[in-house]
Parts: sequence; structure tokens; C-alpha cells
Amino acid sequence: MSKRQPPGGQAPVVQRVRIRYAKRGPLRFTSHRDFARAIERAIHRANVPIAYSQGFTPHPKISFCSAAPTGVASEAEYLELGLREAVEPEQLRTALDSALSPGLDILEAVVSSTPGSLADRITAARWRVEVPGVTLSSLSSAVDAFMAQEEVLVERLTKQGRRNVDARGAVVNMAPYGSEGAPCAILDLVVRQVTPSVRPDDVLSGLSVVAGLESSAPGGFLSCRATRLVQGTLTPQGEIVDPLELDRATPAVNG
Amino acid sequence: MRGESLFPQLEQLLPQVSKPIQYVGGELGVTVKPWDSVPVHWALMYPDAYEVGLPNQGVQILYEVLNERADALAERTYAVWPDLEKLMRTYQVPQFTVDSHRSVGHFDLFGVSFSTELGYTNLLNALDLAFIPLLSKDRTDEHPIVIAGGHAAFNPEPIADFIDAAVLGDGEEAVLEITDIVAAWKAEGSPGGRDELLLRLAKTESVYVPRFYDVDYLPDGRIQRVIPNRADVPFRVHKRTTMDLDAWPYPKKPLVPLAETVHERFAVEIFRGCTRGCRFCQAGMITRPVRERSISTVGQMVKEGLEFSGFHEVGLLSLSSADHSEIGDMCKGLADQYAGTNVSLSLPSTRVDAFNIDLAQELSRNGRRSGLTFAPEGGSERIRRVINKMVSEEDLIRTVVTAYTNGWRQVKLYFMCGLPTETDEDVLQIARLAQEVIKNGRAATGSRDVRCTVSIGGFVPKPHTPFQWAPMEHPEVIDNRLKQLKQAINSDRSLGKSIGMRYHDGEPSLIEGLLARGDRRVGAVIREVWEQGGRFDGWSEHFSYQRWIDACAAVGIDVWWYTTRERKQEEVLPWDHLDSGLDKDWLWQDWQDALTEFEQDDCRWTPCFDCGVCPSMDTSIQIGPTGHKLLPLTPVNGLRVTT
Ligand code: SF4
Repeated sequence: MSKRQPPGGQAPVVQRVRIRYAKRGPLRFTSHRDFARAIERAIHRANVPIAYSQGFTPHPKISFCSAAPTGVASEAEYLELGLREAVEPEQLRTALDSALSPGLDILEAVVSSTPGSLADRITAARWRVEVPGVTLSSLSSAVDAFMAQEEVLVERLTKQGRRNVDARGAVVNMAPYGSEGAPCAILDLVVRQVTPSVRPDDVLSGLSVVAGLESSAPGGFLSCRATRLVQGTLTPQGEIVDPLELDRATPAVNG
Repeated sequence: MRGESLFPQLEQLLPQVSKPIQYVGGELGVTVKPWDSVPVHWALMYPDAYEVGLPNQGVQILYEVLNERADALAERTYAVWPDLEKLMRTYQVPQFTVDSHRSVGHFDLFGVSFSTELGYTNLLNALDLAFIPLLSKDRTDEHPIVIAGGHAAFNPEPIADFIDAAVLGDGEEAVLEITDIVAAWKAEGSPGGRDELLLRLAKTESVYVPRFYDVDYLPDGRIQRVIPNRADVPFRVHKRTTMDLDAWPYPKKPLVPLAETVHERFAVEIFRGCTRGCRFCQAGMITRPVRERSISTVGQMVKEGLEFSGFHEVGLLSLSSADHSEIGDMCKGLADQYAGTNVSLSLPSTRVDAFNIDLAQELSRNGRRSGLTFAPEGGSERIRRVINKMVSEEDLIRTVVTAYTNGWRQVKLYFMCGLPTETDEDVLQIARLAQEVIKNGRAATGSRDVRCTVSIGGFVPKPHTPFQWAPMEHPEVIDNRLKQLKQAINSDRSLGKSIGMRYHDGEPSLIEGLLARGDRRVGAVIREVWEQGGRFDGWSEHFSYQRWIDACAAVGIDVWWYTTRERKQEEVLPWDHLDSGLDKDWLWQDWQDALTEFEQDDCRWTPCFDCGVCPSMDTSIQIGPTGHKLLPLTPVNGLRVTT
């Protein structure tokens, strides 16, 4: 088994691998906790030489850089693995992907060769939001009204109770598209990473706050289908740079 | 269209419910087949929430053996929580399978596995959500054949009107035989419709079809007789027994959920059956004789199961795991094989003896001494003789103290309350035992850091056990005894501080008792409770005693007649026509022996005592030792790609 550890301590990390993964289709309902358990098991199934933390209850070295909310699909989630043996990243990608259910897909693995944390490189995300039960024209005018505001306060239910968040400030760009008469209209959305984070459903609440936009679908805006398409560093030009690009460009020292 | 995916409708509802992941499937180990690729379609249900139902071994095994067949597909469904139920009713989304989100009503067979009778209201709810008529007699050729299995199927009379058939005993060969029959019948063009199919199933003599049997009652309400209402079905229906567990090494591909469930582990059944003869234990009585899985097969299953699943815990399951003839070698062998890995092994065994501690020690080499459970079951030696649990007080104290001196700080003791012939005094002995355990534990370890928790379950008399004739105690009496026990435990402040007590009140047990020994007339109560909103009756936060009592009153059922009444020898019991192999005369004799506090040995180590099972079922005890040992595993290096 791969999990043998030398007596008297844990093997050190010799390689860090950064991974982009997707949450797709029905498995977009996986919560972050569920995904964390699944990836830990997949690491065992795939016999990945993961390193463990020191201490009485050693933990596998997995760090998550992002967590798409439950119910939201994503093509661009990131995590980093600390390994006690160097591996070939493409082989790691294949093995890990085969050890996960289809719908939780490992898209890319890159050996980390640059300093700085992956999380620091994620400052914005681009979303595709299918808004059910609204027409393209009503969505368009709501978007215009929303973008014209400086601040749009929406109410969000948190574990601590209700709180108000500004849904407008973080929105860099928002463009509706689709065809008139379709069952849902689509929003292309670029949102900056802020704390607390602004999610697509907050933006939709914002649209109903400023323009009274309502959905005729069974769950209202709750049943919108959102996909995080890209995450990365927002440039002054409004582009989002892939956070793995730097590592890809710099050859790894030990990879 | 039959077999069409309901996911497009369902996914609109899922964002509005809690833990939507439990409804989407996608587990490792699932099999999804095109609907039209096979003639026989099975929907399998464990009638509880996904988090409880998914780990169920029985369902996983049937799921796998059925899907291995080229001519069948099997999918799973679980009880949906009230938040989703409400939305499904509003938007007309039927009960669905999690694998391909197909409508349960479209399947040929709907098999429901009951480990407890408290799942009955969830059966009715699932039928209703599936748009399947609640009553067997109202179903047409369009509807699935509804089949009950699991331990509760040994008396399915309370749900006789709602099911079309019941299978008693081990399921793996039974479902294959049923599949053959359905496939042949469909290939012939479904001659004679549903009735003919049920008849063919009944003729196997191991599938019970309630509609082919009439129940006559005596003026006083007891059953006069249960007889076939047609000539071509058997008088008695027999249980199935799978022999040679090495030939059935399932699950090979355990289902690994994305959602959090009650057991996150790979479970291997190391044997079936138990002949320790605890008189309250239905599982032990109806699963005889003992059939062991050999150490080699267990080792192989553990290795493959872990590789397949990525789990890091293995459970070696059975009714009394320390009794396996090769358990010592098995535990040592597995502990050696997985030493230095993060795989942990667990052995749910509650045997009160030093050997059990040795095993636990072997399995917790990495230093984790989480907790040990022992089950003396009865508080006094007298009541332990009644229930045939041969443990002396001295042994019990010595065993627990040994656990403390070996590093366990926390020990759980399991007891039952409400046992036949029980008095307040029998229950109060539990307090004294716990105090002795702490006193001796402190003395032996020289430390005050030893604890014990007494956990108390309510006794429920079950069919096919020597206690099937026994009266239940009134819940008020039980609750009063538990109150006295609590006071007795705390009577000595210093010792009481180290003793915890966990218990349930007597009311849920009474209802379980009503359902366990009920007859067909009790079906009306179940239906009434369900109509009044009863769901998830196994969950204390959903169970309502008052709802059951009101339902009994509403349909004219005397709950006390079914529960606290002692049955006489000549009474026809509702399950007498269902053959578990146990000889009714032997059961009666064992009941008499209980009353005279006479103990019965185990037939694995003493001569056969003629319980009736082996000759009537044409089975025999299958135990080792085989003398084989587990060999060290060769470490595998390199990444593994699953195909
Ligand atoms: S028939 Fe005899 S050997 Fe078989 S289970 Fe019963 S007592 Fe044991």
C-alpha cells in the first residue's frame, strides 16, 4: 500500500501539485465537505503518494483554494497536493480522475514551481448563470438598472441570521444574452473575489431589488443553474488570467 | 416514456432542499444500464433516509448480484425527507431512483428491505409518491410487483395488504430466482397478467404471496387459521438460506457515497447466523445455522474492497464477530497487513470476555483506544438466565477491569429493560454492577479516570423467537424502572460521577411490538398513521406515540391486546405459516426453559439441540478453522488508474 510511513515521523513534501477540477451536472450538488471526503478517498484509490502532516492525528496535505457553493457547477476549482514522492503530473491527473465519480473531473495537474499561494492568484471569477422563468428583455432592463447603481444591498441568510451584503460593488461586468422566448435567459457575469463573497444568487436578488425582476420557475431564482467558468487574477483590462499559467511557464526544479 | 430520467424536473427542486447530494446518485460502484437493454427492472429500497440506507449491506449485495446479470438492471431508492416530499407532491415528481432518476412505478419489481417494522409508514409514503396504488388488490399489470424482504418479512402480516409478496431469509439467490421467473414470464408475453406471475412466484414455496392466503378469526379475536385460498400454492412458505459464503463474496464493489452517511467504512460480513441462543434475539434465531466466510476470502475481500473504495475503515461484521472460528488469526493477520497505514479495523463485538479485549487490542495497535462495548443485556444473573446470556457478575467485572487496565478509559455496557419476568430489582442491579465496575476499575488502575456508560434498550418480543408468546411490559412501568435506576446510579455521588446513562423511553418499543407481532388487521393502523402524517418512525424527532395510539382508536385496534397480552401454546400465531425452520415445539420448550431459568448451550460447541433448522432447511453448520493464515501484502508502488 502507498500509505506506509517511515517510523518516527512523516515523510517530507518533495513535490507540490496544483490541480484544476470541475463539478458538473448532477454532482454540482456536492457540498465542499462532501468533495473533501471524496478527494481523500480518491487519493487512496489512486495510490497517490500523499504526504501527511506531523502530529497525533496526521492529515493528508490537501489545500483547497476555492469552494463553489453547493448546487453551483464549476469548470475552475483549484486545490494543491503535497506529495512525498514526485510523480508525473499528467499520470496523476489520469489516476485521480479515474478514482472519482464522473462529474467530479480532474482537468489539469501542474507541478508548482513558483512561490506564492494559489489562493492569492484568485481575485475574480467569470460565471454563466441560466436564469429560468424570465424573458431576455426583462433581464436586460434589470441588468441596466443594476449596473447604474453604486451599491445594491441584498439580504442573505447565513448561519448567524440575516445580514445585508452589497451585491453591486463586486460585479465587474454583467451581460445578458439568449434568445427572446426561450425558457431561460443567460447572464455572463464577472465578479471580484471579496469577503463575504458575492454569489450569483446574490446578484439575482439584486436584480429583483432594483428592478423587481421575478422568475416564474418552480423554485424561482433558487433553481437557476450557475457555472463558474473561469477563476484567476483580474487584470486592469478586465481579463482573468489562469492561476496555473505561471507554473506552467516555469519548469519545475524537481518535477 | 418508461424508464425516462426525471432529473430535469428534480434538479429544479433540489436547490430548495437540505443535503441535495443524497438524491443525485453518482456514487462509486453504481451501475447504470439503458432501460431497454434488459427485460427485468428492479427498484430496491431501504425505507429510511439515504444516510442510513446507503450503507445497508443487504441492499448493496442485491444491487450488485442483480446488476451482474445481463438480463436485469437494479437501481436504488430511499425515503425522501419531508422538505423534498412536499415539493414532489406540489410539482408531481414521482418517487425516483437515485441511479438514473427513473420513476419507481415503471419498474417490474419494487423490493423493499425492512430491518425494522418502524419503516412501514415509509413504505406507504414511497408507494404513494410513486403513484403505485397502496393496496395490492388495486394494482394492475402496469405496476411493479412490490416485494418485502429483510428481517421484518418473517412476519409481513401487518403490511400484507400493501405488498404483493415477501421473501424470507437470504436474498441473493432469491432475487436471482425471481428474476428468472419474471424474465421467462415476460418472454412468453406475460400470460395471465399479474396474477399468473404471482402464482409462479408462490409455487417456488419460498415467495409468500399474502393474497393467496385467507385468515379466519375466532370470536375472541385470535386467529383460527391461515389457509391457502387456491389449491396450487403451498401451505407453508420457507425461508432461503445461502450456503457457502465463500462463493458469494459480495459486495465486491461497495457503493461509496458522496454524501455523509452513518457508516463510512467497508464492511465485510465474516459469518451469518448465530446459535448463542439469546432468547430475545430474532436475528440469531432466523439466520441459523452459522455459516462462516473463511479467513482467506475475508482477507481477499478486505484487500479488494479497500482498493476499490478508498475507505480507510474496515468493519468485520456479524451477529457476534468474536465467535468466528478463526477470528484470532484474522484480526492479527489484518492488523499485520495494514500496520503502518492509515487503515483502521473495527470488530463490532460485545462479548463479555478477556478474549474480546485481546482482539480489540490487536485491532487498535496504533494506539487508538476509542471505546469498548460489552453487552450483558440483563442486570441480574437471574434475568440473564431467563434470556440465556451466560455471563456471571464476576466475569463481567473482571472483563471490564481488564479493559481499564489495558488502557481503555471508557466502556459502554448494554442492557435491556422490559424483559419477560423482569422486576424492578433486576433493573436496579444494573446500577450496582456499574458501581462495582467503577470501584474495581479505580482500584486496579489507581486512577479516577475510568468511566462507564450504561445504555438501555427496550425489549420487543419478536416472531420466531422463544419470547414470541411473552407479554410486553406497559411503557409506564418501564419508564418508572428507568427512573428508579437513574436514582440508584446517582445514589453514590462519587461513583455516579463516572457513570453515564443512556436510554429511550418505553413508548416507541410498544409500537414496534405492535407491528412486530401484529396480524393483517394492524395494516389499518399503519395506513391511518401514514395518512395523519406519520413518516420516519424510527427517528425520535419524527415518531409520535400519540399518533399511533390515536390511529389504533380510530380503526378499532386494541394496542394492549397485541402487546401486553401473553399468548398461550395453542394460539395460532400470525406467522405460523411462514417457516423459519425453527420447530414451534422447540421454541415453546425454550420459552418454558426461560421461565424456569434453564440455560441452553451453543450447538457449535455442544451437540445439536434440535432447534429444527438444519433438517427442515437441509442445511448444516459451516465453520472452520481452515488453518489458513493471511500472508503479508506486497506494497504496490505507483499510481493506480481505475478502469
Ligand atoms: S438444528 Fe441443531 S445444529 Fe442446526 S442450528 Fe439447530 S441446534 Fe444447531
